[in-house]
Amino acid sequence: MRSKKANILYGIDWILVLFYLVLIFLGWINIYSATVTETEQELINFTTEYGKQLVWIGLSFPLIFIILLFEAKFYEKYASIIYIISLISLVGLFAFGKNINGATSWYDIGGVSSIQPSEFVKAAVALALSKLVSDKLFNLKKFNTQIQALLILFFPAFLITLQPDPGSALVYTAFIFVLHREGLPFYFITIGFIALILFITTLYFGFINTLAGSLVLFLLIILYFNFYRKKAFKRGWLKIIGIYLVAAFFIFSVDFVFNHVFEQRHRDRFNILLGKTTDIKSIGYNTNQSVTTIASGGLTGKGFLEGERTQGDFVPEQQTDYIFTTVSEEWGFLGSSLVVILFVFFLLRIIHVAERQKTKFSRVYGYSIAAIFFTHFTINIGMVLGILPTIGIPLPFFSYGGSALWGFTVLLFIFIRLDANRSYEW
Amino acid sequence: MKRKGLLIFLILFIGVIFIFRLFYLQILSSEYSIPTLNNSAVKVTYDYPERGYIYDRNGVLLVANQLSYDIMIIPREVKPLDTLEFCNLLKISKEDFINKFNRAKRYSTRIPSTFLAQLSKTDYAYLQEKMYKFKGFYIQKRLLREYPISSAPNVLGYISEVNEGMIKENPYYQLGELIGTAGVEKTYEETLRGTKGVKFIQRDRFNKEIGPYKNGIYDTLPIHGKDITLTIDTKLQQYGEALMVNKRGGIVVIEPSSGEILALVSAPTYDPNLMVGRERSKNFTKFYLDTISNPLLDRGLKGEYPPGSPFKVITALTALQENVVTPSTVIRCVNNQYHYGNRTMACHCNTYGSPVALNKAIYRSCNSYFANAYRKIIEKYPTSYEGMNVWSKHVKSFGLGNYLNNDLSVGQKGLVPDGDFYNKWYPNTRWTATYSISNSIGQGEVLTTPIQLANMTATVANRGFYYTPHIVKKIENEKLNKNFTVPKYTTINKKHFEPVIEGLFNVFENPRGTASWSKVKGIEICGKTGTAENPHGQDHSIFIAFAPKDNPKIAIAVFVENGYWGSRWAGPIASLMIEKYLTGETIRPWKEKQMFNGSLQEEYEKQLIETTKVEK
Repeated sequence: MRSKKANILYGIDWILVLFYLVLIFLGWINIYSATVTETEQELINFTTEYGKQLVWIGLSFPLIFIILLFEAKFYEKYASIIYIISLISLVGLFAFGKNINGATSWYDIGGVSSIQPSEFVKAAVALALSKLVSDKLFNLKKFNTQIQALLILFFPAFLITLQPDPGSALVYTAFIFVLHREGLPFYFITIGFIALILFITTLYFGFINTLAGSLVLFLLIILYFNFYRKKAFKRGWLKIIGIYLVAAFFIFSVDFVFNHVFEQRHRDRFNILLGKTTDIKSIGYNTNQSVTTIASGGLTGKGFLEGERTQGDFVPEQQTDYIFTTVSEEWGFLGSSLVVILFVFFLLRIIHVAERQKTKFSRVYGYSIAAIFFTHFTINIGMVLGILPTIGIPLPFFSYGGSALWGFTVLLFIFIRLDANRSYEW
Repeated sequence: MKRKGLLIFLILFIGVIFIFRLFYLQILSSEYSIPTLNNSAVKVTYDYPERGYIYDRNGVLLVANQLSYDIMIIPREVKPLDTLEFCNLLKISKEDFINKFNRAKRYSTRIPSTFLAQLSKTDYAYLQEKMYKFKGFYIQKRLLREYPISSAPNVLGYISEVNEGMIKENPYYQLGELIGTAGVEKTYEETLRGTKGVKFIQRDRFNKEIGPYKNGIYDTLPIHGKDITLTIDTKLQQYGEALMVNKRGGIVVIEPSSGEILALVSAPTYDPNLMVGRERSKNFTKFYLDTISNPLLDRGLKGEYPPGSPFKVITALTALQENVVTPSTVIRCVNNQYHYGNRTMACHCNTYGSPVALNKAIYRSCNSYFANAYRKIIEKYPTSYEGMNVWSKHVKSFGLGNYLNNDLSVGQKGLVPDGDFYNKWYPNTRWTATYSISNSIGQGEVLTTPIQLANMTATVANRGFYYTPHIVKKIENEKLNKNFTVPKYTTINKKHFEPVIEGLFNVFENPRGTASWSKVKGIEICGKTGTAENPHGQDHSIFIAFAPKDNPKIAIAVFVENGYWGSRWAGPIASLMIEKYLTGETIRPWKEKQMFNGSLQEEYEKQLIETTKVEK
């Protein structure tokens, strides 16, 4: 019989590991390009950001080793405790946290560096949700279980919103895909989708127009049912009117929230995206610089370290949230498409691996991290390409930052650890 | 597995959207594209070489550069400073300082603007040492043109800022740069200008310069502008300008043996220094809008007038060449009239029917003689069309009727009609020599510019050839255009020139010569007076001359607008110019004084009143 250690190495999904290494490598060379200066060009220099990132990458290997060292069962058994500890770490921020860029999301570590707990909480939430959903008595069609799942997501998302870091909190909406996979009725997604459409149309056309437009639409639906589906109409006309009332209320509340609850900077972000205001100097500066920089890359890009907009630091936060602009400028359409394709295959691979799990726990966890990576990927690149509003969340493995890197590493390698055990039941 | 599909579908969907968006941004769309080396990340700075100097033929400096120092300011970089000291250094008051500072701030906090323009050199020297104390201020050098001798603005021209049309035509120039837009500054722009050096500087998003772009591999060094020596003789030029004060017209002086333009006077003239510095635009507008005296028009080059009697020289030479007259052929001019068909042409030769041969015809300027000769030339050929073409060919060989192709920035073709010209005028083609008989005496359809007349005179002086008149004598380390060193021969045989020149000599020497009272003792001048009829007012005064008769050193054409007749203004001016050039002084100070002080302003004003009356 093979030793347990050998077994784990054998069970590890090396394809995922390879994806991880490739993404980390590509990420680092772009951080190097975005942060290198004329005066400091040596590779190992810990006062620079690319140097620090190299340290984070180096330290992530012992971290991986520790994650792999634990029994797979450990993660399932202690999921609740890990979840509670992570919530405590979020609560603790309000007492001991450090404010960076207006958000109290950081713990100071001996004055040298700081750590952002919300990056790690994602893994804890994924574990907790997996544990909840994998319970044999758990049925997502029931209302109280739906509420339970919602609460697990609500607490961390709420605490993170209070920091305030709404971008990171938004990531928790990704779990709707997980819940859907595990049996949440489809109409939750439909409702979510309709809500999104109503949200955008209300902002774009104003709430009176949207209200009127949707009324016409609903009247048309009622007419349709009246003529062709009399049966269905008889059963559900009250329901349809009820839905319209809810929708109308939603439209009204979107307008109210947008104009009276949102701050001006949030409104500006949406307005710029919807083309309602154009301002390339102050509020639209980031997006304009980012899109211009990407466009300047052309087909093949300007080459490593040759992107003058990258070297001229034209894009703010280029090494963190806007790292993709470096890829686009210096490696062109070919390079940036390759990165998009890499991410797509990486995500598909996670889903593939998740689907082959024999335990529900591992599968739900796999889906969770696929959904989280997917949300980060979509929101980050969508924002950089100017098709989503400015929401500052990192691009996994690319953006500069130790907490983010380690958070994503933990997410991924817990899954790899769980997957390594699939060959034998426990 | 239906439920498995949703996330997979979304992942693929988003991936495709991203790739489409990237394709649109990076390859399809030009909306965001910015040309390389011309974007906000790379700043291009230019290192301007000093513009070449311009000298006259004797090495007198005509155009130099003067340094002007401007204090520039970048408001956002200004740190608290000792305003009192600063104001004292700049010799401005504190209120002035605040005003200027606020004005610069209103314009832009980041873009440099001029704080104080055109400091003197001494102020600059003193300030330079103290400037380090005042962050956000710096001194910018500018080169301006300077004219040590206030003369010949029409020749020298001026430089001005390029406009957008010029930039489109020649991408070398950037907005705000200077270009020669008139005179020698224009024709020799590239020689004088040199080539600017280019430096590419990498900037960050705050427009802060962070070092040379790509370590300066695209940078170039400036190449200095070359100095130019003109053919102009400044003393003669200034003398001509002085003679032309209060008159309108032009003087063109050419050295026959080389085609070098010794003087090119256009009156009224102006001080070239007015076209420099802070007052430039004000002065330029003033000159530009003065459509009446039009000081910006170079009358020596651009004024197209009927040549009048000097053209008889050509008629005589052509007739001799075509063998329709000999020097001894005589006609009789009765009643000062020439009859052709049932019409007559007036003549003012006052020979009262005595026999007139070529020599006398020239010095008495007999219209009848030349009308007769012209008619004979045309009628020598079976059709007027052919005859006209032969005549036209001879006339054009003197450089008339076309651009001279020289190095002057402006010019006019003039007009020498040929057979086709009259075929167009008279479509039935049944025209004869008498239709264009006025051409014989330089009226009719013939038009010339003063420089063409001067060149024609030089050709006669050379007995049959000319060098293209040109303004540049020497360019540093460069060979002169070949076009200027190869003689161009006329279609007239050399032997025909002597009898004509004898006639021209008698214009001065013979007591009855039309310019006998402009005669200068000791100098053998050959010339011809002219009076060009002017339908708009008083006739123009014209004169051509060269001297000495043998081995001529100077050929001149003078044109005075509304100067009554040739010997009234143009003749004396020409003779004085010749005298001045050959001897350095005049033995006829009374004549000189008369010309200096003579004014035609009254005549011009009268004419102006008449024209405005007509317009009303």
